[in-house]
Amino acid sequence: MTVLSLTVFLPLAAGLALAATPRLTGRTAVRAWIAVAALDLALVIAMWIGHDGGGLGYETRLRWIPSVRAGYHVGVDGLSLPLMAMTSVLFLCCAVYSLRLTHRVRAFAALFLFLQTVCLGLFAALDLLLFFVFFDLSIVGMYFVIAYWGHGDHARSALKFFLYTFFGSLVLLLGFIGLYLGSDPPTFDMVELTRAPPLDGSPGLAALVLLAIGIGLAVKTPAVPFHTWLPPAHTDAPAAGSAILAGVLLKMGTYGLVRIAMPMLPEAWRRYAGVFIVIGVVSVLYGALVALAQRNLKRLIAYTSVNHMGYIVLAVGAAGLARDAAAGRLAVTGAVTQMVSHGLITGALFLLSGVLYDRARTYDLDRFGGIAARAPLYAGLVAVAAFASLGLPGLSGFIAEFQIFAGTIGTGTATAAVAGALAVPGILITAALFLRVLHRAFLGPPGELTGGVGDVHPAELWAVVPLLVLSLVIGVVPRFLLDVIEPASAAVLSLVSR
Amino acid sequence: MTALGWALPALPLVAGALLLASAPIFGRRADRIAPVVSVLAALGMTASAITAAAVRPAVRVPLFGGFEAGMAVDGLSAVLVVMVTAVTSAVLVFAAGDLPGAEARARFHGLMLLFAGSMLVTVTATDLALLLMAWEVMGAMSYALIGFRWRDQGRVASAGVAFLTTRAGDLGLYLAAGCAVAGTRALSLDTLPDAAAPWRDLVAAGIVIAALGKSAQLPFSFWLSRAMAGPTPVSALLHSATMVAAGAYLLLRVRPLLDATGWAATLVAWAGALTALLLGAVALAQRDLKQVLAASTCAQIGFMVLAAGAASTEAGTDQMVAHAAVKSLLFLGAGAWSAALGTMDLGELRGAARRHRVVGATFAVGALALAGLPPLSLWVTKDAILSTVAERSAPLYVVGLAAGVLSAAYAGRMLLAVWRRPADAGRLERVGLLRQAPLPVLAIAAASLGVVALPGRDLSPDLALSGALAVAVLALVWRRPFRSRRWRPAPAAHWLYLERIAHQGVVRPVRALAEALARFDDRVIDGAVRAVAAGGRRAAALTDRRAELTVDGLVNAIGRAARTLGALARRPQTGLVHTYYAQAAVLLTVLAVVAVLAV
Repeated sequence: MTVLSLTVFLPLAAGLALAATPRLTGRTAVRAWIAVAALDLALVIAMWIGHDGGGLGYETRLRWIPSVRAGYHVGVDGLSLPLMAMTSVLFLCCAVYSLRLTHRVRAFAALFLFLQTVCLGLFAALDLLLFFVFFDLSIVGMYFVIAYWGHGDHARSALKFFLYTFFGSLVLLLGFIGLYLGSDPPTFDMVELTRAPPLDGSPGLAALVLLAIGIGLAVKTPAVPFHTWLPPAHTDAPAAGSAILAGVLLKMGTYGLVRIAMPMLPEAWRRYAGVFIVIGVVSVLYGALVALAQRNLKRLIAYTSVNHMGYIVLAVGAAGLARDAAAGRLAVTGAVTQMVSHGLITGALFLLSGVLYDRARTYDLDRFGGIAARAPLYAGLVAVAAFASLGLPGLSGFIAEFQIFAGTIGTGTATAAVAGALAVPGILITAALFLRVLHRAFLGPPGELTGGVGDVHPAELWAVVPLLVLSLVIGVVPRFLLDVIEPASAAVLSLVSR
Repeated sequence: MTALGWALPALPLVAGALLLASAPIFGRRADRIAPVVSVLAALGMTASAITAAAVRPAVRVPLFGGFEAGMAVDGLSAVLVVMVTAVTSAVLVFAAGDLPGAEARARFHGLMLLFAGSMLVTVTATDLALLLMAWEVMGAMSYALIGFRWRDQGRVASAGVAFLTTRAGDLGLYLAAGCAVAGTRALSLDTLPDAAAPWRDLVAAGIVIAALGKSAQLPFSFWLSRAMAGPTPVSALLHSATMVAAGAYLLLRVRPLLDATGWAATLVAWAGALTALLLGAVALAQRDLKQVLAASTCAQIGFMVLAAGAASTEAGTDQMVAHAAVKSLLFLGAGAWSAALGTMDLGELRGAARRHRVVGATFAVGALALAGLPPLSLWVTKDAILSTVAERSAPLYVVGLAAGVLSAAYAGRMLLAVWRRPADAGRLERVGLLRQAPLPVLAIAAASLGVVALPGRDLSPDLALSGALAVAVLALVWRRPFRSRRWRPAPAAHWLYLERIAHQGVVRPVRALAEALARFDDRVIDGAVRAVAAGGRRAAALTDRRAELTVDGLVNAIGRAARTLGALARRPQTGLVHTYYAQAAVLLTVLAVVAVLAV
């Protein structure tokens, strides 16, 4: 049993153990959860330290369904390792946050441990069927989180989330089958498909397969116009659930673009890069503008997620057009950095919005005001998270967004340059909307519900601070992260340019 | 060498970060030691700046793969790092005595030090990435400092306007960075002029927009008016001497690029000249002392921008340094009076200079220097710019000269207001020692920085002309104070309605668009999804009622038909013998007929 498989399945084993011990109290369950999550994070860090530049590490390959050449093939490289690390950190922070949970805690912990296995497994997967299994299981797990621990109209939101993203995953499966049938000999193995891209000689079929994969991943990302499942799912999910949904699940879509669509369909990607660029720009501007009009804090943050994911789609689209390797590498590195950065920052934002709901049972910004007077620590954390999200240098968002803009405009083509120029105002609109949040709810004179908002409890504090500190570290000394991502993004770029 | 290069910005950045972090942890205790820590850090920073100006260190900063990033102290930066650190020290000494004990001093001093550190990075950065990072951090610190007294909704709103306006300008730097990558495959400032044709112009455009935005030149000037809502030390440091000058610094730094593109230099020169002229008129029409100083800052920086476009880098740098000393002196003086007399209105400040002699005397030196009175600093520096401009373009020179006249006018008006005989005794509070301490130092700098440059220059007729004009205008203002409303036209008094135009032209349409898109998202896009779901349910119901019923009905019909046939088949089984005889007879008859016919 390799380190990687241990890392992936340890949470599941712990979750099953938790589910099988009915007499465990809630607090003990969460403490066990925290211990397992911390151990898992330690394993991921060990893998990070042991990983050396180049290609895949910690590979395992076992037979699973030999008739379709689908195996249990897992491994990590510069793309998956940062995402796995971010996943582990985020799950650990959600575990710490859940120390304050009171309703069906043991089941919650077991479900989240299951989700952790699924998320880690997806990023480690090197086989399309394995990827798909984890992709779908994540939808199932999150459905139960929203349906049983959510608030508001949670049953309906959970159902909408499940049906919409499940539909997307079915279209994705169609694309995967297309890749399987197009390869010679037919295989689901990602490494083999990357080495010898299927559908090399049939551009029409390749376009159709790219369409299927694109739609499937676009629903998950989410890209406009497939994004409307996101706001109700976020608004009605519990804080930890929203954090995982935004921080990890959304990345599965963009990770699929970089891991599957770009290397395996290079010609089609290059031909239709413009489509992805347009979708990216539209998502950026549309997400930011609609977020500007929101009064509900969680809905607002949900739409900023659409905006931030739009930058990633724009960057990977522009990488397909890149004539200059340096600019293309910058764009892909920026995209992966944005995946990590957005996970940390938006995870922190959702956990912080959970504090507001916990105190006042509402997310309506207009009913608050001057929270900083009663809860200065809370206001400070929200301010840091807000400025991180709007891309202030010194925090990770800037490192990602600067690379995306410089890489996109720097590719040298007119399309990408215009698209990049259109997307840049997105950071101005994001700044405006986050300042509105701060001014309306946290600064100024007290509002209607401000009296009930006490300052952060230790569990909430120690759940959010590590995320923001990590974002700060990436923002100030980015090399430790970029050293891992850059070789992988160079590899992806060379694969796309074939 | 590299240690010094790192230590220069690291000292204020680390000290500022520690102070900010200590505020929530240690509370009141942090507030007590914050002023001491910050003044010590500022003095240390000044010492390292002076050393760096002599040693000229250069460091490489590992940032993005394949793109060089670093900081270096060269000729231009050396002057500026000394200027920034010196003014910061003066202002922090003032702030130590200015901020009341109840305020969050740790947060204040932490933010000021972080700002100073990022300003140092800005003036030493050699590439666009690091420059942009420091540039934006300055903007964020400016926001946090303007909105320092955050319980006041008006101040918070002003902070937001300032931040968003400068950020709008900063979009130009993002664009420029991308175009630099496209045109030169690097982000270095030195290689920008070598970029290929369309990219070079785009880079220049982006940098010009960002610089004009940060330096509050037209059409961005309104944010500086709003920035005056911050505490006076903030106005003295950020919004007069350092941050707003950063735009002019950037233009001076990329002089070769502006010259290479041609149109950029002309645009920059005219933007600077027009700002100097129009904002001079705005300054003349203001009633609030800080607003006068703000408009004057825009105008004086206009001269620096003009220098970047049409005169020499040295002249622009000299103007920057002289202006920093003069303007911070004036702002600190205004702050001292604001604390002592509780007002910034020019009418209510009547005779303030006579009541607080030190403040009054130093303020007078600053105001006279601002007016361009010989032999004070701004006279020499402004003339250095104008004389070079005169050789390039006569219209620019005329505009510049007119702007100089206006600066003498508003400086004189300001001076008159505070030196006139007071109408009544009024409030009389002492001005603390810490508040007074930096003022004489700054006054000496304001007065002498010009004389230092003078021996090296040849006394051209321009110098005499501008000096004479300044004296004449000051005398005119002293005789006829321009107090009537005629000299305060409404557009000038309202900062040329720039903010209203920005609000109506940009903010309101964007907000309306945002609301419209939110409605579109809910009704159309989500509506389509809901319609698909509803359609699915209707199709299910239809299938159930029509199709299923039909199919099932067919099966039921077949079953009924079988039962009917069975019922019919049971009809002959009556149990009555005579019917069986009748049936047998009929059957035999039929059989006989069939047999006969078959044969």
